[in-house]
Amino acid sequence: MNAVVLAQLGNDFFQKRTGAGCVQSQGFCPSWIADHINEYWGPLGEHVFLTLVSLAIGFGIAFTLAILAHKRRWLTGPITAVTGALYTIPSVAAFFLLLPITGRGNLTAIVALTTYTLLILFRNITTGLRNVPVDAVDAARGMGLTDNQILRQVELPLALPEILAGVRIAFTTTVGLATLAFFAGGGGLGEQIYSEKAGTGGIFFKSNVVVAGGLAILLAAVGDLIILAGQRIALPWRRVGNA
Amino acid sequence: MPEDVKPAVSIEFREVTKQYPGAAEPAVDKLSLEVGAGEICVLVGPSGCGKTTAMRMCNRLIDITSGDILIDGASVTQRSPAELRREIGYAIQQIGLFPHLTVAENVATVPKLLKWSKDRIRQRVDELLELISLDPAEVRDRYPAQLSGGQRQRVGVARALAVDPPVLLMDEPFGAIDPINRERLQNEFLRLQAKLSKTVVFVTHDIDEAIKMGDKIAVLKKGGHLAQYAAPAEMLSRPADKFVEQFVGADRALKRLALQRVRDVDLWKVGTATVGDLVGQVRAGMEDSDLDIALLVDDEGRPQRWLYDRDLQTDRVQANAGAAAKPLIDLDDIMRDALGDLLSVESRYAPVVDAKGVFAGVLSMDIIAHALNLPADQARSSSELIVE
Repeated sequence: MNAVVLAQLGNDFFQKRTGAGCVQSQGFCPSWIADHINEYWGPLGEHVFLTLVSLAIGFGIAFTLAILAHKRRWLTGPITAVTGALYTIPSVAAFFLLLPITGRGNLTAIVALTTYTLLILFRNITTGLRNVPVDAVDAARGMGLTDNQILRQVELPLALPEILAGVRIAFTTTVGLATLAFFAGGGGLGEQIYSEKAGTGGIFFKSNVVVAGGLAILLAAVGDLIILAGQRIALPWRRVGNA
Repeated sequence: MPEDVKPAVSIEFREVTKQYPGAAEPAVDKLSLEVGAGEICVLVGPSGCGKTTAMRMCNRLIDITSGDILIDGASVTQRSPAELRREIGYAIQQIGLFPHLTVAENVATVPKLLKWSKDRIRQRVDELLELISLDPAEVRDRYPAQLSGGQRQRVGVARALAVDPPVLLMDEPFGAIDPINRERLQNEFLRLQAKLSKTVVFVTHDIDEAIKMGDKIAVLKKGGHLAQYAAPAEMLSRPADKFVEQFVGADRALKRLALQRVRDVDLWKVGTATVGDLVGQVRAGMEDSDLDIALLVDDEGRPQRWLYDRDLQTDRVQANAGAAAKPLIDLDDIMRDALGDLLSVESRYAPVVDAKGVFAGVLSMDIIAHALNLPADQARSSSELIVE
């Protein structure tokens, strides 16, 4: 290839990435990012808030349902069906469906996001409880533990790895879905991505999409690692191999 | 040893029946038997005979349909299940150790339920681990996955013994262990039992294990019918019916040999000689012996060589005359093992020695054949045999 053409291309590239021309052509502009990164911390905070609150509420509901289903096995089918049906509602549709009821804002976003965590969490908690070795439960009962003691001291601790696996999936999923929360007026990184009013140029401005999207991915990854680390510390017995 | 050894208690099954809803026949049908205080009662039978069901009704893991089980004279149905179970040790085949708890935490399960103090629990855990020959410092903080199968089984027994319950229920506790370790664990348990005198209901499908472990054996037929309830030797010599006879096996005579020790039978006498003895005297000593040979012993009286007629043609007994006297059988050997020793060297007789190695008599095939017909009341139970 001709060296002159190559130099020209390099020049173009550099110009597009730095100058005002880069922003105008909605490209990927590192200098713009460096100047505007501070505008993203607020939405990131909102995003974290939406995710954690939805996950916490979802966990509370799913956990209660799973314990109920554990004691009354026949409930498992119906609960799975209902949470499964909720899970299949397209997320944007869910936000718009909720708007007339809960109004614009965090509440709508949180209700919708919570709904989406239910199926994952419920299924993982019930699976975890069901996979507890029957011998351990039989031995516990034979030694005189009551049903509640068996649940607290044997079944839940042994189901914890699967429960935490569910929390990890639910967390990552919720971080992703929360980017749509802005449709309901819930803010978050999605607002930065989609809305031109956010002053970032919206979805067609590559720099904006890369930063906001990148932050969402980073959030999911960091959260996942934190749960994983917590799991390793909380479950020492999972680390020991077979003798 | 626990400082407060509780007295053993009896268990009585009174027409105990378990009928599952929808099942054509009861799983256990009017089972009546009495387990004496401090005895091991083995429930044995083919699968589906209701042996596990019968055992699990003792601590109400399965509810009794009709009839009653009395522990120390009190009906189990009058007790709250959880409370009852804390007073009954429970050990099962897959052991059921909690994988998320350390050995010490596993053993401490029932003491914790009974709200013992931390110090008392720690002390008890170490005491129990020592009792089952595990080093507390080494295994206390391990998780079950870090133990061998045999160690896990021992911890399971320690956990069942945690609050020194007078009654133990054991469901095929050695079932998942390889034969060599199973034998060792069985012996260990019998030794433990000799110290602790628990009343044990022990379930197995293995008749050899039943004969070895049981003071009494209850053979159950399908549907929980009691075919025979007797001491092992009694059952082997007088099976109640065809079913029991088949179940104990065609080699039941041989199995009885496992319940006798060499010291229990009358041994033959032979004349003995030491190197340099006058042959004339040796021959005189052979007059009232049961065999036509003499035994050369060393100065401590330990058997050395058999002396035959052709070896006694000189004036005095020669050092390397005759043939090596082998194998040596110990007075404390079990008859079945002694027979094995004889068979392995194709010999019809062998010298028996005491604990110091001093000659005590001669065991022969004829004596063993005679012992096969020994009346049941002269045979021992394994738990007596195992105690040193």
